[in-house]
Amino acid sequence: MVEFKLTQEQQLAKKLFHDFAENEIRPLSRQMDEEEKFDMELLDKMKKYGLMGIPYSREYGGEGADTLTYTLAMEEVSKVDASAGITISVHTSLCCSCINDYATPGQKEQYLRPLVNGSKIGCFGLTEPGAGTDAGGVKTTARREGDNYILNGQKVFTTNSGFADIFVIFALTDRTLGTKGMSAFIVERNTPGLSVSKDIPRMGIRAASNAEVALVDVVVPAANLLGGEGKGYKIAMGALAGGRIGIGAQSVGIAQGALNEAIKYVKERKQFGKPIASFQNTQFTIASLQTKIDAARLMVWRAAKAKDDHENYAPLAAMCKLFASDVAVEVTRFAVQLLGGYGYSREYPVERMYRDAKITEIYEGTSEAMKMIIGGGLLR
Amino acid sequence: MRIVVCAKQVPDTTEVKLDPKTNTLIRDGVPSIINPDDKAGIEAALQLKEQCPGSTVTVVSMGPPQADVALREALAMGCDDAILISDRAFGGADTWATSSTIAAALKKLPYDVIITGRQAIDGDTAQVGPQIAEHLGIPQVSYVEKLDVRSEDTLIVHRQFEDRHQVLEVKTPCLLTALSELANPRYMTVHGVMDAYRAKELKIWGLEDIKDTVDTANIGLKGSPTRVKKSFTKQAKGAGTLVKDLSEDEAVAFIIEKLQEEHII
Repeated sequence: MVEFKLTQEQQLAKKLFHDFAENEIRPLSRQMDEEEKFDMELLDKMKKYGLMGIPYSREYGGEGADTLTYTLAMEEVSKVDASAGITISVHTSLCCSCINDYATPGQKEQYLRPLVNGSKIGCFGLTEPGAGTDAGGVKTTARREGDNYILNGQKVFTTNSGFADIFVIFALTDRTLGTKGMSAFIVERNTPGLSVSKDIPRMGIRAASNAEVALVDVVVPAANLLGGEGKGYKIAMGALAGGRIGIGAQSVGIAQGALNEAIKYVKERKQFGKPIASFQNTQFTIASLQTKIDAARLMVWRAAKAKDDHENYAPLAAMCKLFASDVAVEVTRFAVQLLGGYGYSREYPVERMYRDAKITEIYEGTSEAMKMIIGGGLLR
Repeated sequence: MRIVVCAKQVPDTTEVKLDPKTNTLIRDGVPSIINPDDKAGIEAALQLKEQCPGSTVTVVSMGPPQADVALREALAMGCDDAILISDRAFGGADTWATSSTIAAALKKLPYDVIITGRQAIDGDTAQVGPQIAEHLGIPQVSYVEKLDVRSEDTLIVHRQFEDRHQVLEVKTPCLLTALSELANPRYMTVHGVMDAYRAKELKIWGLEDIKDTVDTANIGLKGSPTRVKKSFTKQAKGAGTLVKDLSEDEAVAFIIEKLQEEHII
């Protein structure tokens, strides 16, 4: 057993993420949520300080940090704003990882470099109206014509699509082969036939961009096929497995952010002549919630470390996401309760955190899908 | 331009609480930070470097081994290299011994400009910077709020006082003490953090490394003439007196009477 401690380098990176989130993101969070719009100046700052390419090699312009450091960024940013967290996560864990893991050196030079050095933003188009947990239900097609593929279909709930420059799109190159007929393509935003709808109105993470992407006779050069025909499903599942570590970290961040607000509040709020922090119910609630958050964080770190060590991290990632997302929903619910009427008010951030937390049980694999992965592995 | 910044690691006093019984700082669990004025100095140095291509920024700190965290942060902001002056022999130093030790280290470095913070939030003496300049025998400008480069060896420096501003031209080598208004410190970058631990050098200098430039009578607790007689918390002033329902003339007369009573006028 190695010690449960961050290295000095990881601690310093955490300080950067913390300082950035507190000073640059916190002042904007409420407004971004109310306006359902991500602040583009903030996005530029996130690019500038290196938040968009953390776990990628410097060979292609990334930061050269490990997955654990990336989870620290996800936690610190999501403590303050889960929308900013998912913006980083979809770009980093989903879009960039597909290209990093499967692209040719030429494709990496052309597409990974601008993504990880902060020049461009990426998104990931797998989910469709009829394809959620059952990703095999994808209906988008890619028909080969000479040196090109012609893509047709519709994607939904595509995070970052409102402002992304580069789309990784999953489509069937052979409809007869099921998931084995699925392929992944790198598609540039300005390609004719690709259009992005208005953002879909949502309960939480309202500042994040999340829209429908329509593909009508979109001509994509065959050179933009990732990993060969039929590799799409494997590419998508691989990206999602890694992405879950980021969502686990986001969940821990949302939970810790909400509990920190509650702790601050209960020390100041007086009822019956004393701070409500002096009541045993408050103390027990906070103790129990912090214990769960710590457990979730350790699970996230374990999955991140396993990924860095090239071990079989997928079940660990599924477990950390399953547990941490549950913790996020529970902690934010209690945080609202501890703040009482003020917690329910939009003047305090915990109601937003409560709304934001719910999505962590749904996206990048629902809790039920996580149980399928974990259970499936155990009962094989 | 060769720029050296002196920075101190201090407890974050916004997080510090006083022990009500002993009136001393409770330092346990208090995060350490780069002293804010010094951090402004680091930023000013980095801006100076950007203005004058080919410049280097070396950051220097005196403190215990764990002060290396502050230096790594400075490296992650963009400083080129760092020196931690650290030795048991330097412990217990007051401002005189501190400035003697730091100056002895600086004598071993090439420099055109030395930037220190005005003062540290844990001691508030504002003495170390000016003392270093005296030890080195170079001109100093304290309370710097703005800094421009005139030529290769001349800086234009704006000083802030309570009641006035001064604009001075100063030749290098020189020492400046920075106000936090001088520059708004940048964040580290993720790249910078990685480089701070993997690519850049942090040297640790002990007594052995500066023995030929230091007078050992002026270092550590023994070399510190300052004796702390008493530490105490400032007593809060009273609530004041509220006098109601006076006409303007009566109010003026009342104030004058009070001022005379106190022998202020």
